[in-house]
Amino acid sequence: MSGRWVLALSLLWCLSAPGLAAIEAQTFPDETVKARYYDLIATLRCPQCLNTNLAGSDAMIAQNLRATVLRLLIEGKSDAEVERFMFERYGDFILYEPRWTAKTWLLWLGPLGLALIGLSVWWSMSASSRKSRHGLSESDRASLKRLIDR
Amino acid sequence: MAKQSVLIPVFVFAGIVVLLWFGFQLSDPHLLPSQKLNDPVPEFELPNLMQVDQTLTAADLTGEVSLLNVWATWCPSCIAEHGELTRIFETTGLRIIGVNYNDDSEAARAWLKRWGDPYAFHIVDESGTLAIDLGVYGAPETFVVDAGGVIRYRHVGVVTQKVFEETLTPLIQNLKDAS
Repeated sequence: MSGRWVLALSLLWCLSAPGLAAIEAQTFPDETVKARYYDLIATLRCPQCLNTNLAGSDAMIAQNLRATVLRLLIEGKSDAEVERFMFERYGDFILYEPRWTAKTWLLWLGPLGLALIGLSVWWSMSASSRKSRHGLSESDRASLKRLIDR
Repeated sequence: MAKQSVLIPVFVFAGIVVLLWFGFQLSDPHLLPSQKLNDPVPEFELPNLMQVDQTLTAADLTGEVSLLNVWATWCPSCIAEHGELTRIFETTGLRIIGVNYNDDSEAARAWLKRWGDPYAFHIVDESGTLAIDLGVYGAPETFVVDAGGVIRYRHVGVVTQKVFEETLTPLIQNLKDAS
């Protein structure tokens, strides 16, 4: 019984954790900067955590980087410049969306390639079944006729 | 013919398994590769922990091969590392420079009084700006900086005697020989 309670409470805690993170008060010069800030911290990954964005992390580095994102936006940097700033310091890891490089083309094209392979297999299988349905030879017809008439 | 084509999906599947198996094993995902290798230490102007009116810059890191060690009083593993840094300084005389990261300077001075201070000097990085420029994402982290002020290596986590002797010592020797 108590084990079940612990489980239930820890599940509840898991649900609330993203809500608890990132509650520091920021002052934004205007609504556009605010919207861009929230977009950026949602798409940048916290370098210390394997799968949390800057928005959802309590780590000290995430707090510092959130402040840095806001500072860069207030300085008038574009979204791409902010991403470039982060990439120059933390590399591919910090970008949730992988860049297109020699190392990542398989990642981008792999699913498409697999889909094409699947399509071609499906096409060739349906083509061969179509062929076998209509491709009766003269002797096949004759033996078929013999079987039906018997 | 028909039998062979049955095997094709099996081979494709096996290929994907092998690719992913090795792909996920290549490196520890917690260790981010440094973007700053072979780049000069980024420019900064920050106070000296022990002499707050003095401003330190990247030029203060040049002159000899040094360890640039990012530490803080809130970092428990930094205490564990401190003994090894002290040992390194006492046995090799290597210049060790501290970056006091996201910390309270008063607490940092008390910490050094308690545990000893093998560092040449400490850069006060209260808001973590230098750390961000270095691509630091936790403490402790240690950079090997050559005599020209260029970053040659980064170690994430505690520098143990093993790390120092097996990884850092040969590298530092090479850098000293080269300069």
